[in-house]
Amino acid sequence: MSTILESPPQTDSPAGGGTGPEARQLVVALAGNPNAGKTSIFNALTGLRQKVANYPGVTVERKEGVWPLGADLPPARLVDLPGLYSLEAASIDEEIARDLLTGRVEGVPEPDVIVAVVDATNLERNLYLVTQLLEAGRPVVIALSMVDLAERAKLEVDPDRLGLALGLKVVPVTAKQRRGLDELARAVVEAVDQRAPAAKWRLSPGAEEEVRRLYAAGAASREEALHDLYSETLPEDAERRAAVEEARARLSVADPRWWQEPLTARYRWIEQATEGAVRGARGERPGATERIDRVVTHKFLGPLVLLLVMAVVFQAIFSWAALPMELIDHGFGALGESVRAQMPAGLLTDLVVDGVVAGVGGVLVFLPQILLLFFFVALLEDSGYMSRAAFLMDRLMRGVGLHGKAFMPLLSSFACAIPGIMATRTIENPKDRLATILIAPFMSCSARLPVYTLMIAAFFSDVKVFGFLSVGALLILSMYLLGVVVAIVVAWILKHTILKSPPPPLILELPPYRVPNLLNVVQTMRNRSWLFVKRAGTVILTISILLWAMMTFPRSAEKPVPDAEEGAAVQAMRETGTESRGEPAPLTAKDAGETADEGAQLQQSYAGRLGRLIEPVIEPLGFDWKMGIGLVASFAAREVLVSTLSIVYNVGKDSDAESPSLIEAVRNARRPDGRPAWTPLVAVSMMVFFVLACQCMSTVAIVRRETNSWRWPLFMVAYMLVIAYAASFVTYQGGRLLGLD
Amino acid sequence: MGLAHTALNQGDELPKRAEGFAPATVSLDSLDAGTPARVLSVRGEGAVARRLMEMGVVPGAPVRVIKAAPLGDPLEVRVRNYHLALRRSEARTITVVVCDK
Repeated sequence: MSTILESPPQTDSPAGGGTGPEARQLVVALAGNPNAGKTSIFNALTGLRQKVANYPGVTVERKEGVWPLGADLPPARLVDLPGLYSLEAASIDEEIARDLLTGRVEGVPEPDVIVAVVDATNLERNLYLVTQLLEAGRPVVIALSMVDLAERAKLEVDPDRLGLALGLKVVPVTAKQRRGLDELARAVVEAVDQRAPAAKWRLSPGAEEEVRRLYAAGAASREEALHDLYSETLPEDAERRAAVEEARARLSVADPRWWQEPLTARYRWIEQATEGAVRGARGERPGATERIDRVVTHKFLGPLVLLLVMAVVFQAIFSWAALPMELIDHGFGALGESVRAQMPAGLLTDLVVDGVVAGVGGVLVFLPQILLLFFFVALLEDSGYMSRAAFLMDRLMRGVGLHGKAFMPLLSSFACAIPGIMATRTIENPKDRLATILIAPFMSCSARLPVYTLMIAAFFSDVKVFGFLSVGALLILSMYLLGVVVAIVVAWILKHTILKSPPPPLILELPPYRVPNLLNVVQTMRNRSWLFVKRAGTVILTISILLWAMMTFPRSAEKPVPDAEEGAAVQAMRETGTESRGEPAPLTAKDAGETADEGAQLQQSYAGRLGRLIEPVIEPLGFDWKMGIGLVASFAAREVLVSTLSIVYNVGKDSDAESPSLIEAVRNARRPDGRPAWTPLVAVSMMVFFVLACQCMSTVAIVRRETNSWRWPLFMVAYMLVIAYAASFVTYQGGRLLGLD
Repeated sequence: MGLAHTALNQGDELPKRAEGFAPATVSLDSLDAGTPARVLSVRGEGAVARRLMEMGVVPGAPVRVIKAAPLGDPLEVRVRNYHLALRRSEARTITVVVCDK
């Protein structure tokens, strides 16, 4: 095998002439500002050879890929740093980046070379990060991105002059046309074992003097002295601490804003370095962005465009996802049936079919919606529209104490809270992020629709007001509004109590619009969706097996006693089925006997007992114990209410929300005293409960993952349950007082 | 500090100091949209001020207000060579010198 270093190091590094490293895998870190084109370059360099995971304990995406450097070289490990503006601030992203650069992340050695992606159209701010990367002490190579856009904006960047001024190799890269990739690989290989050039920027003479003094007084290096002087934390050593405090006191006499000096000094140096290397109109950015923004962030048109974008996204999520969701649902149903046909009847088969297969199906059925949603989110992010949405909505969101960036995650939650909660990662402040996560499940997600549909089909199907407005549509609309209103109130309360923090600042880049790179979008969608399947999958599977057990045990051989409270139609079905208990029912056809068995089994299972147990508690909401079983079961997922009610009412668990037999059964269900179990008021109370209660184990699982503790998901379930109970109580009891029952 | 190093390389004109007139200094939130200016000082403290400066809002940097969001807040500001959204409350902590046309 050849060695990595073929040309001698070009620096005057004293260690440079030593033995060349044996061919080993290089570790290269890829750093850059958000929107600098880092993802495109990462994808161009690694292709499909990439994997995404999370850093332990936090939710920062960890992306790594294999970068083939050249024919006779082992491929490098390319570690993608989170997009950042600075290494100094205290956000999770920046902490992770610092740890990565210094080799403090488990399983990732200190990088041999740092590739800094620098946007040619926005050199100065991009180079700020570079001034910090240089201090990590590793060789830095600059990948100059967006060169084509710079050219179009009549902005000429001379990479060689820029490189000379910075003391770094600058390689122009156009990811789309794969231009410059080989040069970048060569530059990286050459940079290995070169020493990072020392930072060339200088503070004001007074500040430099203080740094020199601290260095003389015991700091290990100029960098450490600089860090001590300007860092927010003081050194532990008492002597050094005293020296730092004295230095700060002296500086603050001369300039009360003394702490700004390193920031200003870095930009001073950047301005000098770019001075000779950039020619042309640095004034205006590409005119297209300006023109698009004239509409997109316009006073009146802007909100309209936002509304339109949302409408398209929702239309897509609800209509395009419907077919694949149905296919997955039926596919898993068929899979379950064939497993049941292959395996001997018994508990194990039931576990596999009703627990495992149904559980996996329950996760995967959301996948089409999640894929689509992530697709649109990635598309909007990549095009630059996402930050415009935050810009438009910030004022409203701030009204409840949230960040403009909370808008998109909350909106996504109308389709499904899971991608919504995962999308809160863009919110930097942990408290704001948590507040957003905690209210996201109030947005009426698509899983609530089957419940709404059943209730409306049973009680409000033909009811109209003013002759044309359908009460059903009005009810659904009110349910959506109810969720939003409660979310606003809760957010306000959270932000003024347990998550109290000053209103989050908004310092948000509005990047130039770009035609989204489809490869990036698809990669992002794929990566995030896979994370969902992996993360939520295990927890959901566990819970669905648990729920299956609750609905299956204890098994009893006794024939259930038919109770007189059943509706006539249901009663008839049950009677035909009583004798089949005890012997295996025919597997091929679902006859009335089997469904009756299921109903009987469910009633005396733990879930059924729980339903009876909670009956006194849910009685004030208008619910009886059978609905209680439905409530218990639907804590797995809201739409389970429909199939559970089908089992409880013995109409076959494969009924859907629009099946006539289920609607009939719901209408005919009776209480022990002969009153109808359901009334329109009970139905509304049920809908209100479903808007507000957190009945979704996937959401619980994802919140557990995102907050890295059980504390917040449990808190969420508890407080939402309390609110749901209270609201249902008010609905039902209030309705009765008004004589609506 | 101050305007001492206002980056003559920027190619923009420096504020002219007419005899007897100080250049007009205003806070960024009251700067008229479209008027070119340069940052004189960032008066804030702590993480927000630091982040602003990291993003290039340091003394001497060219700035211009583009527009306000539909509800009047936040503002879209052009800083150096890119566009930044920030709230009026943050913009208030930034003092700018209006550049003469």
